Formats: sequence, structure tokens, C-alpha cells
Amino acid sequence: MSVHLDPGPQRASDSAALDESWYAGSLPRFGPWGLLAAAVVLAVVLHLGLGMATGVAVAVAWLVYVVGLTGWSRIVEGVRKSVDRLATSLVTSAFLIALLPLTTLLYQVISKGAPAINSTFLTNSMRNVVGEGGGIYHALMGTLLVTGLAALMSIPVGILTAVYLVEYGHGRLSSAITFLVDVMTGIPSIVAGLFAYALFVLFFGEGIRMGFAGAVALSLLMVPLVVRSCEEMLKLVPNELREASYALGVSQWRTIVKVVIPTALAGIITGITIATARVIGETAPLLIICGATDSTNLNPFNGRIMTLPVYIYSQYKNPGIPPEFSIQRAWGAALVLTIIIMVLNLVARFTSYYFSPKSKA
Amino acid sequence: MAKSIDVSDLDIFYGSFKAVEDVTIPIAARSVTAFIGPSGCGKSTFLRSLNRMHEVIPGARVEGKIVIDGRDLYDADVDPVEVRRQIGMVFQRPNPFPTMSIYDNVLAGKKLNGKRLDKATADEVVEKSLAGANLWNEVKDRLKKPGSSLSGGQQQRLCIARAIAVEPQVLLMDEPCSALDPISTSAIEDLIHDLKESYTIVIVTHNMQQAARVSETTAFFNLAGTGQPGRLIEYGQTAKIFSNPDNEATEAYISGRFG
Repeated sequence: MSVHLDPGPQRASDSAALDESWYAGSLPRFGPWGLLAAAVVLAVVLHLGLGMATGVAVAVAWLVYVVGLTGWSRIVEGVRKSVDRLATSLVTSAFLIALLPLTTLLYQVISKGAPAINSTFLTNSMRNVVGEGGGIYHALMGTLLVTGLAALMSIPVGILTAVYLVEYGHGRLSSAITFLVDVMTGIPSIVAGLFAYALFVLFFGEGIRMGFAGAVALSLLMVPLVVRSCEEMLKLVPNELREASYALGVSQWRTIVKVVIPTALAGIITGITIATARVIGETAPLLIICGATDSTNLNPFNGRIMTLPVYIYSQYKNPGIPPEFSIQRAWGAALVLTIIIMVLNLVARFTSYYFSPKSKA
Repeated sequence: MAKSIDVSDLDIFYGSFKAVEDVTIPIAARSVTAFIGPSGCGKSTFLRSLNRMHEVIPGARVEGKIVIDGRDLYDADVDPVEVRRQIGMVFQRPNPFPTMSIYDNVLAGKKLNGKRLDKATADEVVEKSLAGANLWNEVKDRLKKPGSSLSGGQQQRLCIARAIAVEPQVLLMDEPCSALDPISTSAIEDLIHDLKESYTIVIVTHNMQQAARVSETTAFFNLAGTGQPGRLIEYGQTAKIFSNPDNEATEAYISGRFG
């Protein structure tokens, strides 16, 4: 069988229009960059020369750049490319604006926190410290203990719930669970703290303070995050893999444990790590249920236990005299907390790279 | 090793929808049976009911009898997992396990079932299965590479090796070549030819030349219209179905007048 392709008669006007659009002009290669440089110079002149406020100067220069580039492109390159340039500059600007708070925050935390960090700071508690000295050892240990316990409780519950929802649940129960998980995602953290407090008061009486109770509060916040991310990851596992496994005479639970979960493992670990990073910075529930203390307490089942967020809060709220040592300790603790969260995120990145199925040899 | 299958008065349902109606067909051991017919006529559904893969879909059920080796597949005390161990399946799209190497993919049926194999036995099973799937020479130097690093046709042969590594009695193939190029297709057809010495093979295909090339028996499925259940129109020796079918619809289909 042969296929005959008929291009049809070509009209002269068609080819003329085509030729024109083919040879439309374009801006000089470094034109947009030159314009950008001019805009920067304009901003500097407006700010330093004419004494405009920084924000206003930047806004005016930005406007000049966007309008100028779009107009220039419109004249030289035509409508389509000018719209493209407009959209590109708007998207890039939005990205830079979104980046601004993050970079300033990091700059603040690093510049103010770094001077505080030394070996004393990392290895000493605040016991009997007035004024200079002291450290975060008790809070660091507390945070690791409380968050670790919370993760220990949340991860199995979260993964198994997600497995139920994706692999087994079809009826009313699974939609009820999905609804409850959604609701739990929105619980204010202070409510989780109050709940944990109320729960432990039932057993230990008023005024109970305990690291484990803090872990319970955190796991209330963490479970829905773990369920959600694991659910999404398990859903991504192609059904064909499950069927391939069933067709080999493998039972459903073995299929889940040996095929489905390993295939989704990278995503599951990433989700868990990010959920952990999310709750490690919680302050409100721990303030209620773990309390604050100056001493190191490594027993999460007995008495007050300090955590980094609460440490930051109390250093800032109750500074000694003179206050600058406390304030500096607060920034130092904030930096350590940020570093922990960053390390967790890096670990998530690394594991997702390491565990994801490799397609190429 | 190979067993014959007797299907009688089989109806297949998805919930309340009857997808396939009243199928009666004997499937001979050590031969290739091809199912042909237009899309949506229930060939694949019927094929999946032969190893109880059908019921993986919620709400799917079967009425009627499928007897293999004197036992009804759908008896209340038959374990579907055990059935699938005896009746292997190869799917339309190659689906090697992405987390496993080529070596582990072949052993998947044994390893996933928790069997422990010593190195020598495992090596032997892998070589035998890969050789059986005509893939050994192409992959013997890179057994530890991921299964997904192979080409589509090689992946499909890997899936066949995986299916025959558990030594099933019957091999079901659901359009095994539809995602492959002609050269890979030809490799798999050669393989089917070799495999029928030891297995009962049932193959669903949209390619009538393929049915004519590989099968001894051909069964034609058709449906009266959308929303109607699919039916088995006729079955018989492939040579007869393709040269002198009894049914007009069959003749129209194989001669390309519809479908």
C-alpha cells in the first residue's frame, strides 16, 4: 500500500506571509542585558543622586526595564516575541520576589547566629548561667529526643494508613479516613498541644510536663503529613507492577512489601524527612506540654524537657541583664535549628536520588 | 508440565455489567490458542479470568466453570494466589520491576514468594529462563543492570523469562507484541513457537497475521454492540478459521471487512 501525500496548491499570499515571519528581526544578543544594566544604573542614580527611597527607586527602574524591553521588542521583533519577553520578565521578577524573604532570612540568621556558635554553646546547658556563657545542649538533646519519638510513632502509623488507603480501602471507611486526615492536616499546632496536655492530665494529674507527651502532640501534626505524602507516592506506583507480581503467584501483602513499597521508597523517605523537618520547628505545643528548663533532661518520660524552639522563645522573652547575651543565644539556637532542617532536606534529596529506581545502566 | 483447560458456560461480570457471555471452549495442552476479535469484545477479560487475575479489579466476578486438571479454578477452596503460580501471564506492556536487576527480575517469582535459593540453583534458574526466552546471549554480561535498561523488546522477553522461571503449566499472553517493533515481534513469535513444546499457551492478539503464524487454534470473539456482552463466535483450527470459517462475522473480520 502506498500513501500519496498531496501538498495542495499553494497561494502566493501564503508564501509571502510565511517569508515575512521567517525573517522577522531580533534584538541584539546582549540587548536585554544592556537594558537591565541601564535599569540598574537608573536605580542607583535615583536612589543616590535624587535621594529616592530604595524601594521606590527599584520599582521605577523595574518598570522602565519591563516597559522598555517589551516596547523595544514589539518594534523590532513583533507581537509574539514581545509578549514572550514581557511574560519572561514578569515570571522572573516574581521568582526573585519569592526568593527575597528566604535569602534575607538566611542572611539574618547566619550573620546574627554564627558568632554565638562555639564549643561551649553546643556542649553546655543553661544550668546556673546568668549573663554570658551557657548553651543549647539541653535544648538540642530535647529536640532530637522529642522529634525522634514523634517520628518513631508517626512513621509506622502514617505508612500503614497510606498503604490501607491505596491498596485496600475502597469503601466508606477509606473516604472517612481520608476526610479525617484532611481535617488533621489543618489542626492548629497549639490545639495538638492542648490535646496532648489534656490526655496526659488524665493519667498524671494537673501540671504534667513530659517529653513523651510533646512527642505525642508532634505526631498528631506529623501523621497526616506522612499519610498524605506516602499516599501520593504509593499511587504513583503503576498498577502494572502490582499485576505483574500477582501474575507470578505472589500474595497481596508480599506484593505491597516487596514491590510497591520499594518502588515508592524514595518518595516515601523524602516525604517522611520533610514531615520531620516540618514538626521539628514547632513551638506552641511543646511550650505547653514539655515546658521550659535550664537543665539537661535526657528522660522523655519524666519531667520538663527543653527544646530548641522553646529555647529560642524563652531566651528572647526573658533576657537577663544585660540582654544581649540572651538575644545572641536565641539567634545561635535559631541557626542550629535552621541547619538541622536544612540537613534533613538535604538528606531527603540524597535519599530520593539514591533509592529511586534507576532506568539507565 | 503443560495442562489443558476446559471452559464451559462462562459469564464474566464487572459489578452488574456482563462483559463476556456464555463462553465454552476447550484449550489444548502443548499448543498455542489465539484469541482474536475487535477491541472491547472481552478477549483480555476472558484471558484474565483464566488465572483469576480478573478478580483483582474490585467488583469483578465470574459464573460458570473453568476446569484445569480436573479441578474447577473457581471452587471456593481454591487459592487464587496458587492458581496464578501455575498459570503465568505476560502483559501488553513490558513491566519489569524497576527496583530489581535483570537477574532479580527473573527470580522475582521465587524471591517475592520468600523462597531462599542457593547461588548455584539461582544462577541455573536465571540462565535457563533467560535462554528459554531467547535473551541469555544478549544480557549475560550485564545481569546486575536494572531491568528497565533494556529495550522494549528485550524487556518483554525478560517478562517472559520471569513468567517461565516459576515453571507454570499455562502461559497467558495479553497482546505481548502490541508495543514492539517488527523485529522484536518476530523474536517473540519464534519464542512462542519454542515454548509450546512445554507449555499451554493462550495469546490475545490484534494482529491476525500473528494469530495465523503462531497458533494451532484460533477463537474469534465479537460483541453485538456497545454495552452488550462479548461472545465467543467460533473457534477451530487456525487454518480453517482463516480459510473457511463457518460464521459470516468471522469471515468479515478476518478478511478486513469490519473491525
